[in-house]
Amino acid sequence: MKAPLSWLKEFVDIDVTAEQLQEKLFDCGFEVEELTYVGKDISGVVVGEVIFCEPVEGTHLSLCRVDCGDKGTFQICCGADNVKKGIKAPCALIGATVYATAKDHVTVEGVMTIKKGKLRGIESDGMLCSGAELGVNGDMYEGGDYCGLLILPDSCKNGEDVKDILGLNDYIFDIAVTANRPDCQSILGIAREIAAALDKPVKQPDLSYTQNAGVCAPVHIRDEAGDLCPRYIGHAVGNVKIAPSPAWMKRRLALCGLRSINNIVDITNYILLEMGQPMHAFDMRTLGGRTIIIRRANDGEKIVTLDENEFTLNGENLVICDESKPVALAGVMGGLNSEIKDDTAEVLFEAAKFARDNVRKTARALGQHSDSSAIFEKGVYEYTTERAMKRALNLIEKLGCGTVSDVHADICPAGKPAGRKMQCSISKINSLLGIEVPADEITGILKRLNFGVNRRGDLLELDIPEYREDIDGYPDIAEEVIRMYGYKHICGTFLPSASITNGGYNAAQKAELRLKEKLVAAGMYEISTYSFYSEKDLDMLRLPADAAERKAIKILNPIGEDLSLMRTTLAPSMLNVITRNQRRGNAEGKLFELAKIYIAEELPIKNFPEEKPTLCMGIWGNYDFFDLKGCIERVAKALNVKFDYAPSQKPYLHPGITAEISCEGEIIGYAGQVAPTVAGELALEKPAFIAELDYAALSAHAKPFKYNPLPKFAVATRDLALVCGKDITCAQIEKEIYGACKYVTDVKLFDVYAGEQVGEGKKSMAFTVTFTPADEAIDERIDGFVKKILNNLKFKLDVQLR
Amino acid sequence: MLTIKEKIAEIKKKIDEALANVKFTKSLYEIKMKFMGKGGEVSDLSKSMRDVAPEDRPEVGKQINELRCWADGKFGELDEKLKAEELERKYAEEKIDVTMPVRESAEGAYHPNTLIRNELVSVFSGMGFEVFEGPEIENDYYNFTALNTPKDHPARDMQDTFYLSNDLLLRTQTSAGQIRVMENKKPPIKILSPGKVYRSDDDATHSPMFSQMEGLVVDRGITLCDLKGMLDEFAKKIFGEDVKTRLRPSYFPFTEPSVEVDVSCFECGGKGCRLCKGTGWIEVLGAGMVNRRVLQGCGIDPDEYTGFAFGMGIERIAMLKYGINNMKLLFEGDVRFLKQFKD
Repeated sequence: MKAPLSWLKEFVDIDVTAEQLQEKLFDCGFEVEELTYVGKDISGVVVGEVIFCEPVEGTHLSLCRVDCGDKGTFQICCGADNVKKGIKAPCALIGATVYATAKDHVTVEGVMTIKKGKLRGIESDGMLCSGAELGVNGDMYEGGDYCGLLILPDSCKNGEDVKDILGLNDYIFDIAVTANRPDCQSILGIAREIAAALDKPVKQPDLSYTQNAGVCAPVHIRDEAGDLCPRYIGHAVGNVKIAPSPAWMKRRLALCGLRSINNIVDITNYILLEMGQPMHAFDMRTLGGRTIIIRRANDGEKIVTLDENEFTLNGENLVICDESKPVALAGVMGGLNSEIKDDTAEVLFEAAKFARDNVRKTARALGQHSDSSAIFEKGVYEYTTERAMKRALNLIEKLGCGTVSDVHADICPAGKPAGRKMQCSISKINSLLGIEVPADEITGILKRLNFGVNRRGDLLELDIPEYREDIDGYPDIAEEVIRMYGYKHICGTFLPSASITNGGYNAAQKAELRLKEKLVAAGMYEISTYSFYSEKDLDMLRLPADAAERKAIKILNPIGEDLSLMRTTLAPSMLNVITRNQRRGNAEGKLFELAKIYIAEELPIKNFPEEKPTLCMGIWGNYDFFDLKGCIERVAKALNVKFDYAPSQKPYLHPGITAEISCEGEIIGYAGQVAPTVAGELALEKPAFIAELDYAALSAHAKPFKYNPLPKFAVATRDLALVCGKDITCAQIEKEIYGACKYVTDVKLFDVYAGEQVGEGKKSMAFTVTFTPADEAIDERIDGFVKKILNNLKFKLDVQLR
Repeated sequence: MLTIKEKIAEIKKKIDEALANVKFTKSLYEIKMKFMGKGGEVSDLSKSMRDVAPEDRPEVGKQINELRCWADGKFGELDEKLKAEELERKYAEEKIDVTMPVRESAEGAYHPNTLIRNELVSVFSGMGFEVFEGPEIENDYYNFTALNTPKDHPARDMQDTFYLSNDLLLRTQTSAGQIRVMENKKPPIKILSPGKVYRSDDDATHSPMFSQMEGLVVDRGITLCDLKGMLDEFAKKIFGEDVKTRLRPSYFPFTEPSVEVDVSCFECGGKGCRLCKGTGWIEVLGAGMVNRRVLQGCGIDPDEYTGFAFGMGIERIAMLKYGINNMKLLFEGDVRFLKQFKD
């Protein structure tokens, strides 16, 4: 929120610089996100009196002599249409900085430095300025909107710097207010904090006014939704004279970024800024039956708000109505139908408290946000609601824009909140903080924060300020104390009283890390991708409508369609990453991601879904299927398991280059080459390979490592070149070789050949078979084993020795 | 018939001639063998000793010996010289251009998030923290209500939430895991809870998915000073020995008091630079003393136990530590990016 220094000074005597104040606010929990010096770009501009002014023949220019008091008298060529002898205007001297404006004389295009120059051949030693050139609009200073010169009063002294006159020697604090301090969403709220920090009193705003009988007829207010509107105060004002607001009010609104409308509307906005209570003013003649009804909107009911947007409402929205129609969207914006007009003569002021989540929901659902809804969403306190109405009526009198009537209604269905008290002990506060804040310091701080404090030894009896609903227990008091006492007093200690605990990863977490370590050591890069994707990603995989992967949990409020489904497979994410890499000219890569997929029991989702850790690997470049298989085997090694591979099919994988992977009979994943059709659609230039493993299932098979005693006798190897039918797989032959002899400990394919020499429909496969003896040498028996192996192969698979 | 003396002179002359143009040690050895080897001229001369009269033998023997010594010296000298020359030629031939590119062996890398996460876990596990990973899909109770953020609480707006149903949502903070731990474990509790979290935010500095690391300590007599002490240690280990921390008041519904924690800028040492936007401090995490209501809700007596919690964005730490300028890079999987994180 924005708070001008000049306004804050109305409530507290600030005797530190803006920068020092920024630091004080920071220390007590209010970060100043931006501190702006209003006249930051303006320098060297003084009051100048035009003492000579004659038109320059054939141009729109006037040749002037300008008296700038002790700064001198200068010849200035001026193009403004309102320049004439005798006026006083801001005069930018040589070297001054002002805003450069576009041709429209309004749009600021940057900051310029005034130089000695010539206009149409006539020397000009400076520039007479408009409001826009000084960053001043009509609300900030009368006449600031005019596209000619900004005329200054005759009372200004020639040569005096204009910054004080125009109010440019001011600062605006843009302060971040945390969600627990809605009471600080106002100039007064911030001023209270400043007063506490500087140990100064708060000068309260004037709330006095006089009620007059017989000014307005009675108004009836009925709250039919007490849960959404716990407090509603209405007060009627008669004899209203709509007029512009006084300059001081306009200026303050302008500094906070609000446009002045008229005196009545400005009072409501002024109070929103000053006290943090959004208010509304209804034109009484538009309220049918002089009645206000607070109720939930009927389904389909419509309202056009002040900004001329029409909304269709439902029972979730709270509306303020007269006998027949909604006249305001509660807490968000007034209705166009009850707007204050130039001829409005009677006004009903509204100051209310609306349920914060209801205002939030309505503002969100309708996409209609306002300064008012922003404050209601965070919360207002009834203490402020009451005072705000008084302040509004005080301003009516102060501005002389109406007569305060005695027609007043105050609705509080659940009763007015009572002042809250609490007790807490000084020692508890200090034991939470871990330091000894002196008792006097604690009571002093709490008094500065407007707590009523009665200390009895260690015990504090506290009256909580009515605007501090956030205070809930002694830790809140501890926080109040330490933020004022200073966090710099907190010195680090290292759990002197805590028990020893045993930390670190558990076995499963360690296993996961070990797996990643092995994959990184194998030259793979770990990636992390979003947990959500879209229907389009599943379409990319050509998954049929009934595929399990299609049963994805939907995000009800996604950022966009692209990120709307919780993923059920990591493959699309990997494929997208591969595609992105190839498009960026990255010729090859090996990637893996260990992340969760989300499987719902039923859709729409009712219970916690299963979150299944899944391992996805993807490689592209000058690789083939067996490079990917090598990566998969790393996984097997990391978990100390054995994988079996069998030919398989996936809609997005090459039908001849796809394997199903199983572990101890359980299918735990697949691997294969991305189908040329899919690759073509993605314009992949290099072949890509993808594998996905169910890590949760896999880790159940993982086995601890054990040492195998070294064999006492040397191993023996034999190479066998075999000829078999072309459809016999490597795995089939391996299985038979292992099965034929218990001493076989390794079977490794080292050559495959198909061609004329082995005949049509045949191929040759050459294996190295390793025999490891157990308790005795087996050298002499190996020929026998080989014979048995060959017999088996011939019998089972019709495989011959070549 | 030549005398022995003449023969010796002749051999010396022959050797001198033979060695005049020798370039390689290999030819030198051949020549050496021709003269000194079995059946070589010098050996033959020794054999001819038997034809010498006995009284002359000592003198002749002496002369032959001298010849041998002379020849050995000659051969040895030249051998050394040739060896040196050959070595020089070999070195010249084998010289390489050391600036040519490497022959790369396959090397992978962890994702930066994993690197930071491991580093954080190693810092805190040394202090006795266990690692607990809760579910990413949470319900309203664990993500909000149990964390003292009831339905109408404006703090719900601090984090835009993705909803999956009325009740189920993508967790917006790893703090949700705190509750699950405290429900099942009684103090002393020291846990770290790393994991993915989700918020409906998508721009240069926000990503709809990111990672957090949450820390929680609950025990008897835990104070705000203990939080500060632990975070001082964390800052030193992660950002450097000279780095200091600063607490400043803030607000989170589940802690009271709540603080933002800044570390002194490790780039400029606190003098003010681009990284710290001239302030000398960098915001790294939020923390606070666990709210009494949160403890109560988990069946822990807040009058007996106190605790603190802290939470930080892992991506943020990674970006700060490695100087990554755009959060999106972390999720794109571009190998040119990933290759750089070989820690």
